[in-house]
Amino acid sequence: MNPIIQTRNLNLFYGTFQALHDISIDIESKMITSIIGPSGCGKSTLLRVFNRMNDLLEDVKVEGGVFIDAKNIYEPGVDLVELRKKVGMVFQRPNPFPLSVAENVLFSVKIHRTAAFKEYGDILEQSLRAVDLWDILKDKLKTSALNLTLEQQQRLCIARLLPVKPDILLMDEPCSALDPIATAHIEELMDQLKVNYTIVIVTHNMQQAARVSDRSAYLYLGDLIEYDSTEKMFTIPKDRRTEEYLAGKFG
Amino acid sequence: MIKNAYTREKLAFSILFLSTLVVVLPVILILIYIIYQGWHAISWDFLTQMPKRGMREGGIFPAIVGTLWLVLGTLIFALPLGVLSAIYLSEYAKDNFLTRAVKLAIINLAGVPSVVYGLFGLGIFVIFLKFGASILAGSLTLAIMVLPIIITTTREALDSVPQSFRQVSLSLGVSKWETIRRVVLPHALPGILTGMILAVSRAAGETAPILFTVAAFYLPRLPKSIFDQAMALPYHLYVISTQVPNIKLEIRYGTALVLLMIVLSLNLVAILVRAQFRKKRKW
Repeated sequence: MNPIIQTRNLNLFYGTFQALHDISIDIESKMITSIIGPSGCGKSTLLRVFNRMNDLLEDVKVEGGVFIDAKNIYEPGVDLVELRKKVGMVFQRPNPFPLSVAENVLFSVKIHRTAAFKEYGDILEQSLRAVDLWDILKDKLKTSALNLTLEQQQRLCIARLLPVKPDILLMDEPCSALDPIATAHIEELMDQLKVNYTIVIVTHNMQQAARVSDRSAYLYLGDLIEYDSTEKMFTIPKDRRTEEYLAGKFG
Repeated sequence: MIKNAYTREKLAFSILFLSTLVVVLPVILILIYIIYQGWHAISWDFLTQMPKRGMREGGIFPAIVGTLWLVLGTLIFALPLGVLSAIYLSEYAKDNFLTRAVKLAIINLAGVPSVVYGLFGLGIFVIFLKFGASILAGSLTLAIMVLPIIITTTREALDSVPQSFRQVSLSLGVSKWETIRRVVLPHALPGILTGMILAVSRAAGETAPILFTVAAFYLPRLPKSIFDQAMALPYHLYVISTQVPNIKLEIRYGTALVLLMIVLSLNLVAILVRAQFRKKRKW
């Protein structure tokens, strides 16, 4: 066991509302961990703790420890830029910039100045190959990203993360805007990516969690009810509430 | 009471259409009237010569140059200051009582009569800071007058950039300032240019703020520095329309036409630039 993300007694408040209760979880490196549960139970909130995107909202208070590579990311003086380079995020709706395909992929490279101009072509090709877009788009690198299909847009958003060289990819319901075929394609892609990246995916699609993830965490009303290997949890859940949710009694 | 939905639909349409017509018609009439009355006066000499014989003959060259100087000076002061403070107010300032008070004050500033700005400029720039009646003092006064326009339109432009763009950029490890510079500002640029267009029109056309701060009654030479007085088209138009007797009508309308054309062509340039940016970044 080789946890890359660990939380210890994590509590999170939106104003006076407590969204996460005393969560302690170890997320394993180079695996896909899914966070499941009904809507509004704190799944996305937990995900956004890991790259501190909750900081953008006003009136959010976080207690307890969140460790990535054994470093507490909520300590004062933590460099958010470095943290977010390490922990990339894919959003619910595909959200490429209204720029060309190439400009989207190279966005971070140009700003972080992590590569020389002559390397741009290689980075572009590698990133697009990693998400299986290169063969489709290699002649259309200058077209606007908004002309792509939603699935291609979501792939492009993943490709856009890769030049930043993250260790962890957070995915917040990445397939909820996609049709079943596109969803299957993205799931295949996740399986390929897990060789190099730790993936944490929020989904309210239980079948998806069962299909793609190695470990699953069930979150209910801000409590971590159960956390186990996906196989165990979906066959012999320990908690009655998990069982009921997985059986489709609510949610 | 008209019961038939179809009749009511027609009635609503007619009223809306007529209202628009009533709004547009005067604008077109003004344009046609000024062009009709003034175009005889327009000639190369009229545009490039000094006024002669107490402005009754010759051209309006110094007034054109003066107005261009004032527009340029106004933009130099107002554009960076306005855009930067709008960025602060929209992107950085916390939403508290003080910020709301500042925003409200800026909106209200846009409603202050222009002659008040003129008096303010006279007090601060001409007398207190001892710039005298000069292009510098006039530009600063006009800049203060157009600041609320630039700030308000820039803020609207910034607010219209989708929040998701900022989130994506930040999530890619881009700092807040770089996010604003590389993502938000480029997408807000068309809106900011709109503010600039409005500011230029206002700065070129206002008479009252330049009355005490820069405008010369009759100065048949070009300004040599920013500390010189200068003629300006709106004030010149006022002078030849009301202060000097026996001036040919076509000279007055010619001057008005030139002022109109300068403002319209400056706007046209900005609109073309804006269209270019919009084409590149649409969402």
